[in-house]
Amino acid sequence: MFSLKETKRSALISLWFMFLTFPVLVIKVDAIEQTVYWRWENMLYIGLGSFILSIFGKIFFERQKSRRERQIAEKIEKHSLIQRALRDPKYLYPLGAAFFLFAVTYPYLFSTYQINVMTTALMYVVLGLGLNIVVGVAGLLDLGYVAFYLVGAYSYGLLNMHFGLGFWTVLPIGALLAALLGILLGFPVLRLRGDYLAIVTLAFGEIIRLIMENWNDFSQGPSGISNIPRPGLLGFDLTLDQAITYLYYLMIVMVLVTIFVVNRLQNSRLGRAWVALREDEIACQAMGIDKTKTKLTAFALGATWAGMVGVIFAAKTTFINPASFTFLESAIILAIVVLGGMGSILGVILGAVILILLPEYLRALSDYRMLAFGAIMVSMMVFRPQGLISNVRRHYHYRPKKEQQK
Amino acid sequence: MTAPILQVKNLGMSFGGIRALDELDLEVNSGEIVALIGPNGAGKTTFFNCVTGIYQPTQGDVMLNPPSRSSIRLNNLKPNQVAEKGMARTFQNIRLFQNMTVLENVMIGRHCRTKSFILGAILRNKATREEEYQTIEKSYHILQKMGLEKQANDLASNLSYGAQRRLEIGRALATEPFLLLLDEPAAGMNPQETAELIELINKLQQEGQSILLIEHDMKLVMELSHRIYVMDYGRRIAVGTPEQIRNNPVVIKAYLGEAADA
Repeated sequence: MFSLKETKRSALISLWFMFLTFPVLVIKVDAIEQTVYWRWENMLYIGLGSFILSIFGKIFFERQKSRRERQIAEKIEKHSLIQRALRDPKYLYPLGAAFFLFAVTYPYLFSTYQINVMTTALMYVVLGLGLNIVVGVAGLLDLGYVAFYLVGAYSYGLLNMHFGLGFWTVLPIGALLAALLGILLGFPVLRLRGDYLAIVTLAFGEIIRLIMENWNDFSQGPSGISNIPRPGLLGFDLTLDQAITYLYYLMIVMVLVTIFVVNRLQNSRLGRAWVALREDEIACQAMGIDKTKTKLTAFALGATWAGMVGVIFAAKTTFINPASFTFLESAIILAIVVLGGMGSILGVILGAVILILLPEYLRALSDYRMLAFGAIMVSMMVFRPQGLISNVRRHYHYRPKKEQQK
Repeated sequence: MTAPILQVKNLGMSFGGIRALDELDLEVNSGEIVALIGPNGAGKTTFFNCVTGIYQPTQGDVMLNPPSRSSIRLNNLKPNQVAEKGMARTFQNIRLFQNMTVLENVMIGRHCRTKSFILGAILRNKATREEEYQTIEKSYHILQKMGLEKQANDLASNLSYGAQRRLEIGRALATEPFLLLLDEPAAGMNPQETAELIELINKLQQEGQSILLIEHDMKLVMELSHRIYVMDYGRRIAVGTPEQIRNNPVVIKAYLGEAADA
C-alpha cells in the first residue's frame, strides 16, 4: 500500500528536518567548560519522529482525498458531525442545555483564576464574532480591529474619570463611539479591497494607539488610566471574588446576545448583501446593492461589539494603557476568525476558546509553550484550511414550496 | 407612438486618447428585443457599462422613460441606482455569487425592492418576516421560470454552464427591470443550450419584457431581434430589421473586411 517512492519522500523529509534542527538540538556549547556536546541521539529522535509523522500524514491525506472523491461521485452532501448535530434539534437542544448548565455552574466548580481566564476567553468570543461580520461575512480584511476595542476601553476610562459616568451608562456610549469610528474608517477605504484594505486598516489601528500613547493631556499617555470602577450591580457592594463572578455572568449574557444578534444579521437581507459583496463587488452593485451603505454598516456593526467589549475590558482590569491594544491583539482576533472558520459563528466561538485557553493551559510546558502553540496552529491550517467549522450554507428549506400549495 | 423606454443620444466615451464610443444613438421601445452587434472590440460592452453606470460616459445622454413615470437621466448615477430605476444586466463573463446558493443569488436581486435593515434584521418583526417570505416566494417563482427550482439550495458554482447563464438572467429579473440588458447570453453555449435560451428569451418577450442584448451568435440574433444596431470602432454603422442588416453592404464589410478587388 505504501510505494517505494513515497517512502523515499518521507526519508527525504526526515533528512531535511534533521538538517534543520541540527544547530539547535544537536550542538550544545558549554561556554564555561569550553566544550561542545554533540547530542546525536536527538538527531535520531527527530529523524524517526518526522519520518513516521510524514508517513501518517500522507496516509491521512490519501484517505481524505479518496473519501472526497467518493462523496463527489455519489453526490453525498458533506456535513461534519458537528454541523449535522446543529441541524438536528434532537441533538441541538440537549447539547445546548448541557453547555448552558456548564456555563452557569462554572464559577462554583473552578477557582477564581479559572473564572478570570474564562471571562477573557468569552471577551474574545465576542470580539471574534464582531470581527467575523467584517472579515468573515463581508470579506473586508480588517487588521486594525483593535482600534475599536481601544475606543471602547478609553471611552469608559475617560468618561468615568472626567464625568464619573458608570459602567452601564458608558456601555452603549462606547458601542456608539466605536460604531462612529467604524464609519469614519469606512469612508476613506470604501474603494479598497484585499491587501490594500489590510494595510490601511493596519495603519489605522496603529495611529489610534499612537495617539493615545502620545497625547498626554487627553489620555495620560503610556501611564494609562487606573482605578476604573468595576461594573455595579444595583448599588450592592461586591467583594473582589463576587465582582469577578459577576463579570463572568455578564460576559455569558453578552455572548448570548451577540450570538443571537449576529446570527439574525447573517440570515437577513443585510447579511446576504454582505456575502454578495464579498463574492463579487461589481455584480453586487449591478444588482442594486448600495456598496457604500452595505460596507459602512459592516464596519459599524463589527466595531460596535469591539466597543462594548472594550468597556467591559476596562471594567475588568480596572487599568488601561495603550500597550494593551497593540497589533498583536488584532492579529489574535483575526486568527480566531480564520482558525474557527470564516463566517461561521460556532467556529469563531471554538476558535476563541482554543486560542485563548490553549496558551493558558500550555503553561505546564513552560518554555515550549509558544512552540507547541505554533505547531498546533500550523497543523490546524494544514489539515483544516477552511477553519475548524466551516460556514454552513444557509438553506432556505422548501418553505416557498410548502406555502405555495396553500 | 409612445416614447422609447431607453433613449441614448450622442453617447461618447473616451479612455485617455482612445474613443471607445463615438456619437452613439440608440433607442429601445417597450416590449421590443433589440440586438447590438459588431466585431470584437467595437465597444459593445463599453456601451453597456456606460448605460448601467459602471463607467461614466464622457458625453451624451442616457434617458430612461419608465412606463407611467417621468423620464430619468441616467448619467452620473451609480450602478445600484440604475438597477433601482429599472434596468438590470447580466455579464459577458458570468458573475454569479459562486459561494451562495442558487436561491440566494436570486434573492440578492430582490435587494433593491425590499427595505428591511439592521433593526428589522435583529428584531425580525412582522414586516421583516413578511418581506423575507415574499422575497423567497418571488425568487422561487423566478427559479421555476428559469427551470432551476430543483437546484434551489445548491451552490451557484455547482451549476452547469448553461444553468449559470440562466441563473444570471433570473437574478437580473428579480430586480423587476422594465429593460433587461443581456451581455452575450449565448457565449460558450452548445447548440442545444442556445436553443433553450432562445426559447427562454422569447418567453420573456411575450410576457412584455423589453430586452437589449449583445450577441455574436447570429442565429440567435436573427431569430429573436426586432431591430438590430451594428457597431464598429465605437460608431453606429447600421440599424434596421434582421433582414435589412443581413443584406447591408456596410455591415458585411465590417465583419468580413473589404473585398479583394475593391
